[in-house]
Amino acid sequence: MADQKFQTPAFREYRDNPAIQIGAMSHSQPFIAKPEHNEPLGFPGELVENWEQKAVEKLGDLLDKNRALRVYLDSCVKCGACTDKCHYFLGTGDPKNMPVARQDLLRSLYRRHFTLAGKIFPGLVGAKDMDKEMLDDWYKYFHQCSQCRRCSVFCPYGIDTAEISMAAREIMDHIGVGQKYSNEILAKVHKIGNNLGLPKPALADTLEGLEEDVEEDTGVAVKFPLDVHGADVLLVTPSADFFAEPHVDGLIGYGKVFHQAGINWTVSSYASEAANFAMFIGSYEQMHKVANRIRKAALDLGVKRIVFGECGHAWRVAYSFLNTLAGPWDFLDPKYPVPQHILEVTNGLIKSGGIKLDAQANDDKVLTFHDSCNVARGSRMGDVEGGQFIIPREVIKASVNKFVEMDPQTTCEKTFCCGGGGGLLTDDLMELRVKGALPRMEALKEVIDNHGVTHMAAICAICKSQFTKVMPYYGFSMDMVVSIHQLVSDAIQLGAKEEL
Amino acid sequence: MSTLSLIYAILFYAATALLVVGLALRIKLYATTPTPLKIPTMPAPLTKSGAAFRVFREVAFFESLFKSNRWIWIFAVLFHAGLALALLRHVRYFQADVWLIIELVQPFGIYGGMAMVAGLLGLWARRIVQERIRYISGPSDHLMLALLVLIGASGLNMKFLTRTDIIEVKAYFLGLLRFDIQNLPSDPALLVHLGAVAVLMIVFPFSKLLHVPGVFFSPSRNQVDDARDKRHLAPWAAPMDANREA
Ligand code: SF4
Ligand code: SF4
Repeated sequence: MADQKFQTPAFREYRDNPAIQIGAMSHSQPFIAKPEHNEPLGFPGELVENWEQKAVEKLGDLLDKNRALRVYLDSCVKCGACTDKCHYFLGTGDPKNMPVARQDLLRSLYRRHFTLAGKIFPGLVGAKDMDKEMLDDWYKYFHQCSQCRRCSVFCPYGIDTAEISMAAREIMDHIGVGQKYSNEILAKVHKIGNNLGLPKPALADTLEGLEEDVEEDTGVAVKFPLDVHGADVLLVTPSADFFAEPHVDGLIGYGKVFHQAGINWTVSSYASEAANFAMFIGSYEQMHKVANRIRKAALDLGVKRIVFGECGHAWRVAYSFLNTLAGPWDFLDPKYPVPQHILEVTNGLIKSGGIKLDAQANDDKVLTFHDSCNVARGSRMGDVEGGQFIIPREVIKASVNKFVEMDPQTTCEKTFCCGGGGGLLTDDLMELRVKGALPRMEALKEVIDNHGVTHMAAICAICKSQFTKVMPYYGFSMDMVVSIHQLVSDAIQLGAKEEL
Repeated sequence: MSTLSLIYAILFYAATALLVVGLALRIKLYATTPTPLKIPTMPAPLTKSGAAFRVFREVAFFESLFKSNRWIWIFAVLFHAGLALALLRHVRYFQADVWLIIELVQPFGIYGGMAMVAGLLGLWARRIVQERIRYISGPSDHLMLALLVLIGASGLNMKFLTRTDIIEVKAYFLGLLRFDIQNLPSDPALLVHLGAVAVLMIVFPFSKLLHVPGVFFSPSRNQVDDARDKRHLAPWAAPMDANREA
């Protein structure tokens, strides 16, 4: 890329770890939120007076509310096992991007104020008081963590740096130092119902357009219903699915599956967003508020089931947190789990013969699959352990004949984040995003060179947006990225069931 | 009874009290702090017994560490397993009639002591040589290793070089158990060994040694993957539901 102000990292021949480069990413930070972004969320507009003390108080509050935070801050033995597991460290060499070093940014304040050793011998245990320098480091490096949980897989105590990053961001929001990208989006969700700020008329327009396109393409009148009372299924999908490429091809796929299976479904304009950005800023209150839009939509529309579209962080919140945040779901049909993933629905239909796929339709492609971090390590699909790895692959293999796995060190629970997760999918962090994609790009290059892979499927709106943006930096075409439901869409046999 | 015997008696009573009370308070704090959300690192077991087995594998085999770094795993296993054997060997100092199993473990306890020191030195070497680990190491990390090496080395020293009167040592500790302070031999190696152990007991509840209770309380390891089936709700979060519109 000609106009870039940084160097795309070179592929590492032997996947050796980078030498540490102190301060390599100390210039990287996202835009700070303005008062108009913070205040709608109930956060102070700008840095409050007495912020040093307020930060400590908020940390104390979080320690009392969240066992994970307390246990993780106490338990790290500095064994170093996590130091080479973060894609941002591998891509930048900045030592503060080693998970344990990132945790230590918060741990130093914790030790100073909440442990005896840190109160008596701060120098010995790395305890520090909050000051401008610490706050700057927090803002920079807690926004170089995509909350992908890869480090937690490898830590002997399961220490999850994502939990620490969320806590740090929550503390910063409470002293008036928010991140513009996430907070601005959350305000839009509260006001309009989705991250993109698409109002109902625009949404209706888009869905109508899709109906026309699909009919023109296939001759079949596939519906994309909006706010239909009494529909069986409420589809909640990331708003990127409504207009961005390649996302929208996935949405077309969901529509075709529902159509062919005869499932009566609808999108809600009130809850037209699957991705709950409140997880990124670690705010339970915000997450609760956003999640309960879905509850309200389900009640208002009188649906029987809730199905989520392809989205990674959304699915973590949906699968792992939705019952907590917006349950109980006793008013929905108890025959189905709440919520369901669209891939669970599609896979079930493939198995039962409810839909038929012709994989030859995708014979021009050789596929590989990128496990999205939050699906892989924050959720499940189906009813067996690890179903989140099995089901997407089954659907891909039913839709495409040629499928190749990437290096097993980079798939399933060991998958690397795309580099844009956790609230970092913003142009002001482009350098970080490109560098953080390195491990995935290396694994992809290997299967392209050795197996002629032409496409990489992903099941997350962030992964899809991030890859289409950063792949050109590595010399790959952005068209390589596809939704799984785009493959389904191409392979599905539409038409009267008798004919099949 | 010498003054020294008295000083060490007080030291051990105090250290034991701090260890037990400190750890109990910490465990209580962990146990009573709520977990607002289900955050097991997936894929995670679907049943309680499965989750318990997962924690057991972490404690017994360091499963995650095995996946992540073979060298650290080897040294960590050498140290911890060695320490366990050495501790078992020491049980005889607290039993008038020594159990058979403790009798049998005696020779292995010595190998344990050696393995422990070897493992510690390996971990320490990595801490110094490997630049990533050097970067994350603070003074307390080195001091902790120094303390443990001191304990191991002074113990081995008494076994192989400057022997001490272990009959008398045993009488001393059995006496402590009855609150009847006996005479403690004054060999420097023994005093160093016992002093270092007491320091370790004292710092235990205030240091990273809290990873010992911590591993049992880590939500990413001990939680069951059942979020869709059971509503998990923290007491502090429950009142929020009253504010929702529907
Ligand atoms: S692997 Fe866990 S215990 Fe080891 S340094 Fe990293 S966070 Fe700390
Ligand atoms: S959660 Fe992911 S991005 Fe954050 S420190 Fe761990 S590995 Fe890195």
